[in-house]
Amino acid sequence: MTQTVVPPAPLIAPPGVPTPGRARPAAPLRREGPDKLTGTAKYADDLVFPGAWYGATVRSTEPHARLLGFDLDDAFDWKRVVVVTADDIPGENVVSLIDDDQPALVPIGGEIRHQAEPLLLLAAPDRATLREAKRHVRPRTEALPAVFDPLQSTQEFAHFTVGRGDVDAAMATADLVIEGEYRVGHQEQLYIENQSMIGVPREDGGVSVHGSLQCPYYIHKALKRALDLGDRQAVVVQSETGGGFGGKEEYPSMIALHAALLARKCGKPVRMIYDRHEDISATTKRHPAIMRHRTGVSRDGRLIAQEIEVVMDGGAYCTLTPVVLSRGVLHAAGPYQCDHVRIRGRAMATNTPPNGAFRGFGAPQTEFAAEMQVNRIAEALGISPLDLRRRWVYREGGTTPTGQVLRESVGGIDVLEAAADASGFEETWSRPRPNDGRVASGIGLALAWHGAGFTGSGEVQLASVASLELTDAGRIRILTASTEMGQGTKTIFPQLVADALGVEYDEVEIAPQDTSFVPDSGPTVASRTAMVVGGLLIKAAGKLRLQVEGRTGRPFAESYREVGPMRVDEQFEPYPGVAFDDETYTGDAYPAYGWACAVARVDVDLDTGEVAVRDCVSADEIGRVIHPILAEGQVEGGTLQAIGYATIEEIKLRDGRYLNDRLATYLIPTALDAPPIRSILVEKPFSGSPHGAKGVGELPMDVAAPAVVAAIHDATGAWIHDLPATPERILAAVAGVAPPPQPGVSAGSDGGSVANRAAPPEGSDPKPEARRTDAQPFRAPTDPDDDWKHRR
Amino acid sequence: MTTRLTVNGEPVELEVPGMRRLLDALREDLGLTGTKEGCGEGECGACSVLVDGAVVDSCLVPVCQVDGASVITVEGLAREERLNALQAAFLETGGAQCGICTPGMLIAGEAFLASGAELTDERIREAIAGNLCRCTGYTKIIDAISLAAQRLRT
Repeated sequence: MTQTVVPPAPLIAPPGVPTPGRARPAAPLRREGPDKLTGTAKYADDLVFPGAWYGATVRSTEPHARLLGFDLDDAFDWKRVVVVTADDIPGENVVSLIDDDQPALVPIGGEIRHQAEPLLLLAAPDRATLREAKRHVRPRTEALPAVFDPLQSTQEFAHFTVGRGDVDAAMATADLVIEGEYRVGHQEQLYIENQSMIGVPREDGGVSVHGSLQCPYYIHKALKRALDLGDRQAVVVQSETGGGFGGKEEYPSMIALHAALLARKCGKPVRMIYDRHEDISATTKRHPAIMRHRTGVSRDGRLIAQEIEVVMDGGAYCTLTPVVLSRGVLHAAGPYQCDHVRIRGRAMATNTPPNGAFRGFGAPQTEFAAEMQVNRIAEALGISPLDLRRRWVYREGGTTPTGQVLRESVGGIDVLEAAADASGFEETWSRPRPNDGRVASGIGLALAWHGAGFTGSGEVQLASVASLELTDAGRIRILTASTEMGQGTKTIFPQLVADALGVEYDEVEIAPQDTSFVPDSGPTVASRTAMVVGGLLIKAAGKLRLQVEGRTGRPFAESYREVGPMRVDEQFEPYPGVAFDDETYTGDAYPAYGWACAVARVDVDLDTGEVAVRDCVSADEIGRVIHPILAEGQVEGGTLQAIGYATIEEIKLRDGRYLNDRLATYLIPTALDAPPIRSILVEKPFSGSPHGAKGVGELPMDVAAPAVVAAIHDATGAWIHDLPATPERILAAVAGVAPPPQPGVSAGSDGGSVANRAAPPEGSDPKPEARRTDAQPFRAPTDPDDDWKHRR
Repeated sequence: MTTRLTVNGEPVELEVPGMRRLLDALREDLGLTGTKEGCGEGECGACSVLVDGAVVDSCLVPVCQVDGASVITVEGLAREERLNALQAAFLETGGAQCGICTPGMLIAGEAFLASGAELTDERIREAIAGNLCRCTGYTKIIDAISLAAQRLRT
């Protein structure tokens, strides 16, 4: 049954008093919008460098092997191209990040750890020569045994234990102990602009790279270390960036190194523009994860104890895995007050391409499990999932598993009520509804929190700098390394600064994200840009205003053009009263949290198991709303990514290789798959940031997936424990038979190294191009009198 | 081989192999880089252009097929340095975020506006179903097309 819902006007509550950074009633238009709308914005592949060559990467085709050497076929004239191997790396052969385990290129004699590992680079003056050269390279290898199941891996990247109270004693007093195991697979960021980087040799012996990226200074550091360059010899320039979602946080360092190595060897600019197949095959994904919950509750619905275990699959190299795991663990108990909590997490190595940053950064995985667990407890207790959350959700003064007391800006109950109210949850959930036996409808709700900014002492260690200057020409200019990738950095920064200085939006310029101009304001990740860097800019603007007005004796807006060049650098200082102990993992894990509630309505086709999400409401409490249109855009986009995660986005693997590594086989929601998404922005300002903002990018990603799965349960009576809730999993759950193989774990040709839950044979096909739809080994009963449709 | 066509109203002669992708001819031979490549296999729609008024994926069209045709790209939408109605609506509603799908979305949106189809969210969703966006959840893109249609029809 399709229900038509007329979306109400976006709600921003409460109205409150205008403060700097609140762009109401008139929010400025997107700064770079006209360029994007006329086709004049320059993305990396649009940049012209005369005489540029084309670069390519020769990769492993084995999940685990020793590299013995390369056979370069004599049939090809190798003078036509440039070849780069690990021997050409002048500095350290590492892609600099947390651990130095990942080489830029595997050296001869070195260990190949995954199927898409870069081994050798080629550059040629044209694409045809490049393709021809690539066909004439053969790596010689010696196979080694591979591990694909994180539960069988013996190599650990990181582990964390978080908790408080006496879990064992408390659990023993519980009336009811509920256990659950939940699994999620890989997810591809699928920015529509593929990874792209262009290396350009510099006269000073260094190199400039221009490309699609989130974190200029990550790449700057990687170039300096691997190429043994000085600070000024490595220059990183962001081109217009067609989406990131975390996927352009770390992998661009690898591509930049490759482009730079080739450019320096051939003495020409070299274009490394990935096609979609290479991008999906080789670059990072969201970590697959396994979550086990044991929850003790009283018969009257009190939350007594939580014991949670998280295992993440890091893939072949460490990348950002320890930080992803940390965030996952810190969010794993969900936004609920509990005095006895123990959470243990570990991240293991497997011979699959490395997993890395993706919007939400570990929290969407663990919060999916937390919400599933709450829904199953509500069912066991016979309490509505809304009522149970009303009882459990953190209020002001609540204490988190790390012992953090939530003193302010705690919007969990507000978003819960707002989303429930706007969606009509109580009137719909668990109520009889028309059912023609072919399509069942349901509604589901989920709640989440998301720590704003870097975890723990991360921001203190980053010590970001943001700068403001008055130029010779009498202009106000923002200098930060924070990148625009669609989320609105280039719009909200001038808006915040203009508000703080009392000038018009158009009077404030923003400098290009070029490491030769801008200070290191940290990476553009972790929903930290508006809150942290935006906060630094407001403080810098305050100082600039004082200095100018002190000198001219008149208001800033009237007099700043008379004042010569002037610059204010503002460095991050800890938020007042916020402290975290990295040794014991206790204290204020985040300065503040965002809060979100999603309610989804679904129709489930009982013959095919297909899910259509008909409507989704997402209420998000983000401190202060700086720019309502941009903030809503974040909520709507994050919500649809989460709906994709819940329903159709799954990577299947064999021998550690992604099988559906094309856009024809890795599906994301189209406009027809997407429901109308209603965003409700709720404000509870955070006093630690000058504008009260907490960040919005990741929060909505945490909450829509469990809402969709709860709605599938409301429709069918079946719980889906593994994401995505594909037709196979839904039909198997409805029929009460063994589920398809767990998500995220590679099938192996030997069969021995792969865990299986007594499942039918893997339906994956070694030739993914040949298979456009998933096999459907199970069929649901079609008898309309069957009780499974109404079971709950 | 010579291919003659008009691009954004201007006559163009291309001396390129007939099987060269229209996308490459636009981007590399004519310097019209507003049209984007997202997948190269007709799934994402970032390379959408109008060929004689029909939306096509220019990554799947060889140049020899557009001999004598009229091609409109994103660069052909604005008139005299002014955004057209659809572009202006995208800017106001927040229909463009990262912007990489935007040229193709605008082309699909223009085709919808020209079709005179019934102005409902469902018809708009069908019109842009061949164009993937990963940023917006499509909500504000649909708002933009709807706003432009309302303005053009009044």
